[in-house]
Amino acid sequence: MPELNTASMPDLVFAILFFFMVTTTMRSETLMVRLKLPQASEVQKLEKKSLVTYINLGPAMDAKYGTGTQMQLNDKFAQVEDIQDYIAQEKSSLNEADQQLMTVSIKADEDTRMRYISDVKQALRKAYALKISYSARKAEN
Amino acid sequence: MSKKKRKVPALNASSMADISFLLLTFFLLVSSMDTDSGLARRLPPPPQDDTHMETVKVQERNLLVVLVNSSDETMVKSQIGTEWYQSDAELLGRGNKASLKDKVKEFVLNTSNNPLLPELMEEDFGAPIGTVPVTSDHVISLQNDATTSYKTYIAVQNELVRAYNELRQEGARKYFNSDYENLTEDQKEQINKLYPQRISEAEPKNFMGGK
Repeated sequence: MPELNTASMPDLVFAILFFFMVTTTMRSETLMVRLKLPQASEVQKLEKKSLVTYINLGPAMDAKYGTGTQMQLNDKFAQVEDIQDYIAQEKSSLNEADQQLMTVSIKADEDTRMRYISDVKQALRKAYALKISYSARKAEN
Repeated sequence: MSKKKRKVPALNASSMADISFLLLTFFLLVSSMDTDSGLARRLPPPPQDDTHMETVKVQERNLLVVLVNSSDETMVKSQIGTEWYQSDAELLGRGNKASLKDKVKEFVLNTSNNPLLPELMEEDFGAPIGTVPVTSDHVISLQNDATTSYKTYIAVQNELVRAYNELRQEGARKYFNSDYENLTEDQKEQINKLYPQRISEAEPKNFMGGK
């Protein structure tokens, strides 16, 4: 049986490796709240990842913070009043043309009460972050 | 020191594959290809003056009120009547009620020119749609209680979006004889103008009082 020439195998593997390195976005934040996103069938994909800012809402994973709904911005818990600063900060990191296109994705646990969501929405309005998206899992129904 | 040519020994590259496989597996595990998806909405700009909130007057017949209460029941109220949905299954039309989606479509289209449904006005949308009567002033007002669960809220939002998506799909079939997703950007724009999403998300308020 002739020996299989595997000399090009590293090249192939490297090609795949580079593909993954380029497409990967490292998970930059660790979730500190429990998120079970609600399901919806009419969801749209958020295209440009760099333009999306996330707001996480849900009960804290760590029991010492209680069972109430907590908000996580970046890597720490925050209050609704912090949203404006957070949005301003995220906005300033984008270039001017992209600032209009900034989308805020509200990732909230499905058991969250609407009063939290409404507070967040009001804060976002004040911060002029008007493009929002209610994050949801794709479901067929 | 002898100056004879020495051959560079060939590097043993057989472990190269192993190393790159290792790296590959690492990136495979670490990468999150999932893109976020959700229901896109546009919030209204903040009120300029807190003390003087300007309320936009909307004619009764142009208004479809969707209320979600604290026990996650949904009420849909327009001039032609009121419908209660006790659960998510009923929202989708299981059970013997018209689904929320169909209610919304009936409301937006007003094919029978019912005086209790939104006003039809002739508008020009450019070829090939031409001038057609549409209910361009209709508003769907989505209101919720402070303790409504997010899950139900999203379910209701989803049904509203689904109604519009189906209308747009029907419009695309009718005027362009093609599926909505296969249209060009300009054609999509036209269809979106024909059926604009007019969903207003009011801040939770006391809607029991008054009248």
